[in-house]
Amino acid sequence: MRRHSRRLTWADVTPEADFLNRRTLLAGAGVLGLSALARPLHAAGAFSTDETPNSFEDITQYNNFYEFGWDKTDPARHAEALTTDPWSVKIDGMVERPGTYDLGDLMAGLTIEERIYRFRCVEAWSMIIPWNGFELGALLNKVGVQPSAKYVAFETLFRPEEMRGQRTSALDWPYREGLRLDEAMNPLTLMATGLYGKSLPNQNGAPLRLVVPWKYGFKSIKSIVRITLTDQEPPTTWNMLQPREYGFYANVNPQVDHPRWSQASERRVGGGLFAKKQPTLMFNGYADDVAGLYSGMDLAKFY
Amino acid sequence: MTQRITPGANAPMTPLWAAVTDALNTASRRLPTWPVYLFGLLPMPWFFWKALNGEMGVNPIEALEHRYGLLALQFLVAGLAVTPLRRMLGVNLIRFRRAIGLTAFFYVLAHLSVWALLDVQSLAAIWKDIVKRPYITIGMAGFLCLLPLALTSNNWSLRRLGPLRWRRLHMLTYPAVLLGSAHFVMLVKGWQTEPILYFGAIVGLLMLRLVPRR
Repeated sequence: MRRHSRRLTWADVTPEADFLNRRTLLAGAGVLGLSALARPLHAAGAFSTDETPNSFEDITQYNNFYEFGWDKTDPARHAEALTTDPWSVKIDGMVERPGTYDLGDLMAGLTIEERIYRFRCVEAWSMIIPWNGFELGALLNKVGVQPSAKYVAFETLFRPEEMRGQRTSALDWPYREGLRLDEAMNPLTLMATGLYGKSLPNQNGAPLRLVVPWKYGFKSIKSIVRITLTDQEPPTTWNMLQPREYGFYANVNPQVDHPRWSQASERRVGGGLFAKKQPTLMFNGYADDVAGLYSGMDLAKFY
Repeated sequence: MTQRITPGANAPMTPLWAAVTDALNTASRRLPTWPVYLFGLLPMPWFFWKALNGEMGVNPIEALEHRYGLLALQFLVAGLAVTPLRRMLGVNLIRFRRAIGLTAFFYVLAHLSVWALLDVQSLAAIWKDIVKRPYITIGMAGFLCLLPLALTSNNWSLRRLGPLRWRRLHMLTYPAVLLGSAHFVMLVKGWQTEPILYFGAIVGLLMLRLVPRR
């Protein structure tokens, strides 16, 4: 795979699908006379932050993807071994159209957008990442969610011959994550397929990963092969391993510390040896969009 | 320190082995101890320079903190190995133990400085971390055990304290090393192999001291 430098310009990163999208949007805006929509869409849409994204190097050389090893540099070194084409995703449980879908078929008709999101790891570091992907809600609508479904469960591929970390029993493979259905349907919740307008690098969870920007990074499960609609809160990997430290909700919350470290502040990766820490924002700065999902809940209890 | 080199009480007694250890011990007696400091401490500025120049990955603060901590632990393990090496194998490196121990202490100090000054960055947060986070409390306790040892690792202190009291004081090494490696085991996510290997090696080296001398 080609290595990208820090010198990428925005012209390089606009994904083709997104670019075409904008053209349609602009045409529509012209017809409706909505001049506000016609401004240059640097940050694609209302969901993106205008903060400067981390470099491609930052985002692809510092990863937690335990399927490829425990060190942050292991995924970049070992994820090349993963075959991501062909790729199929099994969708089952309480859905109208269950089945094992080829990734291409699954994505057909879904709009790929650019979303520049804050990403906050539970380990108190953070990045700004320009993802490309589609809303999970759109996918769920496509396969048809049955009224009885309350949760969405996800599973990462289990293929120890390509994922060397899975040859040890450090985690209870396959990696599992889950969301409440209303969280899954929130327009912020993204299924990412790309980064900086390129295909998702393997170490970032190719070819299909979840991105839930108001939750700690471990919720954003990578290399997804199964999506299950269910009426039970699904078991999730880190919660199974250390329930006191990692909750099902895992919302970014500066007021609720991890038992072993503070969550009040974070270090933005890429700032060098003398980088200052910055305060962590409630719901990672997405409170306006998601706080309502948790009204009445004690977030210190449901961490 | 002028300690007589005595062959290991538990050392294998074949003539060949006796010749080997004899040669080793004679050679080591001729070597100065300053190279331990020089080569032992060289990685400290080297890694700092690398971190400064973006050669230690995209999160250099974390990388440097971990590197110094790991080097401290490695020198502590080396220091712990001196006595079993002498007793079990008859190889006497006791002349170098002070240099090894002090080098370990300097890395602990560097590790602590990176943590306090570059990582946590605020005095209030430092104190809060020490009180609230068990793995930091434990790491700090280990550091406090090492502090009097570093301060008395000189001939003057040895004379002042007398060998018996000095030796008794320096038994603080054992809790210090155990605390340091427990700190490592506790700070990582889940149960990882590397910190457990260090912990196991340290427990093993301590257990060897319990083998009765013949």
